[in-house]
Amino acid sequence: MAVDMRLPTVIKAMSLSVSAADRKDMVVPGDVITSDTGFMRGHGTYVDEDKLTASVAGEVQRVDKLICVRPLKTRFNGEVGDVVVGRITEVQQKRWKVETNSRLDSVLLLSSVNLPGGELRRRSAEDELTMREYLQEGDLISAEVQSVFSDGALSLHTRSLKYGKLGQGVLVQLSPSLIKRQKTHFHNLPCGASIILGNNGFVWLYPTPGQQEEEAGGFYTSLEPVSLSDREVISRLRNCLLALAAHKVLLYDTSVLYCYESSLQHQNQNRLHWPTWCLQGNGLVLHARSVQTLKVNR
Amino acid sequence: MAGLELLTDQGYRLDGRKATELRKVQARMGVFAQADGSAYLEQGNTKALAVVYGPHEMRGSRSRALHDRAVINCQYSMATFSTAERKRRPHGDRKSTEMSLHLKQTFEAAVMTQLFPRSQIDIYVKILQSDGGNYSVCVNAATLAVIDAGIPMRDYVCACTVGFVDETPLADLCHAEEGGGVSSLALALLPRGGQIALVQMDARLHQDHLETLIEAAMTACKGVSKVLDGVVRQHLHEASVHSRE
Repeated sequence: MAVDMRLPTVIKAMSLSVSAADRKDMVVPGDVITSDTGFMRGHGTYVDEDKLTASVAGEVQRVDKLICVRPLKTRFNGEVGDVVVGRITEVQQKRWKVETNSRLDSVLLLSSVNLPGGELRRRSAEDELTMREYLQEGDLISAEVQSVFSDGALSLHTRSLKYGKLGQGVLVQLSPSLIKRQKTHFHNLPCGASIILGNNGFVWLYPTPGQQEEEAGGFYTSLEPVSLSDREVISRLRNCLLALAAHKVLLYDTSVLYCYESSLQHQNQNRLHWPTWCLQGNGLVLHARSVQTLKVNR
Repeated sequence: MAGLELLTDQGYRLDGRKATELRKVQARMGVFAQADGSAYLEQGNTKALAVVYGPHEMRGSRSRALHDRAVINCQYSMATFSTAERKRRPHGDRKSTEMSLHLKQTFEAAVMTQLFPRSQIDIYVKILQSDGGNYSVCVNAATLAVIDAGIPMRDYVCACTVGFVDETPLADLCHAEEGGGVSSLALALLPRGGQIALVQMDARLHQDHLETLIEAAMTACKGVSKVLDGVVRQHLHEASVHSRE
């Protein structure tokens, strides 16, 4: 059996030119941002003897009188309306606990899911006992944030046909700061797969469903075998996502698509490693670093 | 047989440093992609790796969750190959438990835990090579890892181990100096405000010398904080270049 070996090499940082106008205000914990008391303090700051001080390392964002510091990496801070992809960790009385890469596990109430068949009725004791038949520990779901509890935990709902249990596909776990906020997070990519870009950094790749099942409501998961071409597309997309994330590029449907298209030049036997690409499109220029001894075809 | 001269007449120590000189500090943040925050720090020959997970939901016993703050859970361990003799019990022994408690105390003073009620922050530190000043190197590495994870802190936490020899305080002790009968004191400091997070001493010291020793420790910690500051700013600059599109 052929074995792939890679020698460790230093991945040099890409030197993208940063114009002087883009120079951001970087602060570290303990840095005094301003001594002016007229400003309101936002996230990432605290007041120490009338001085507004940063508590995280990141860039300062000023909106009128509000100053906040956004750290480079943080757990997901959900807001109402965000689309998330999460994993069920617990089945409790009348609710599920969902892990969404945030500070506390999110809550999915029994009254916030669509019952099979799309019925609209009061949840009975019977429903409570059959919760496990619908969602068990380890299942993946896509949901929307309905509200935020006072301690920061999110309350999710799947009250729409596009949300619900996820079937066959690939989950990629990335940082929430890399996902761009858009009008819709569900995309059917023209390359032959579909993608859900969860705001919490979890990205779900799955084969485009053939026909829409009206009565599904996210309850029915198809277990039919996925064709080889679809699986290849999904694997390639996954590697594109990992490469883009390693270079801290903002992820949205167009950037993923450009990456995919330029990766098509590289056909390889088993898996895509870290190819050198140069993408150009709409002023978007991305460089990714290549690793030695790639089995990339010339 | 002449013993090791911890401080020569010209003022040089065993490794050629002066009394107030620190060892060379090299550090890198974000070494692990899968953890929330991670850092690797070398101070002379002592090497430590710190990993931070959190804040996340309490795992294990829910009863230990605090309703108004986060729980900080620290674990200190040494690699079996970190010392000259292979370590039989890398973690779980009394020294490691004591160190873990010290680390927990130190970080509870600095991390703003009241922002994350009912959650848990895990800090794991492993010593890969031990050459003195274990606690201090752990604290410095863990500070970088906590900053990398984006967890709010009041200030950096910098630590240094100092000793007292021949009426002179020696900053940043190495293993030979620690074992040579020197009264050593470890101090963790929040540099900007000059607030002490933890002071620890197991040896015997005349009380007249205590103040000088603490002063020396605070100066050394402020020196360490300058180096850590440089590392964090460098990391910020590198990591944030591309996230604007």
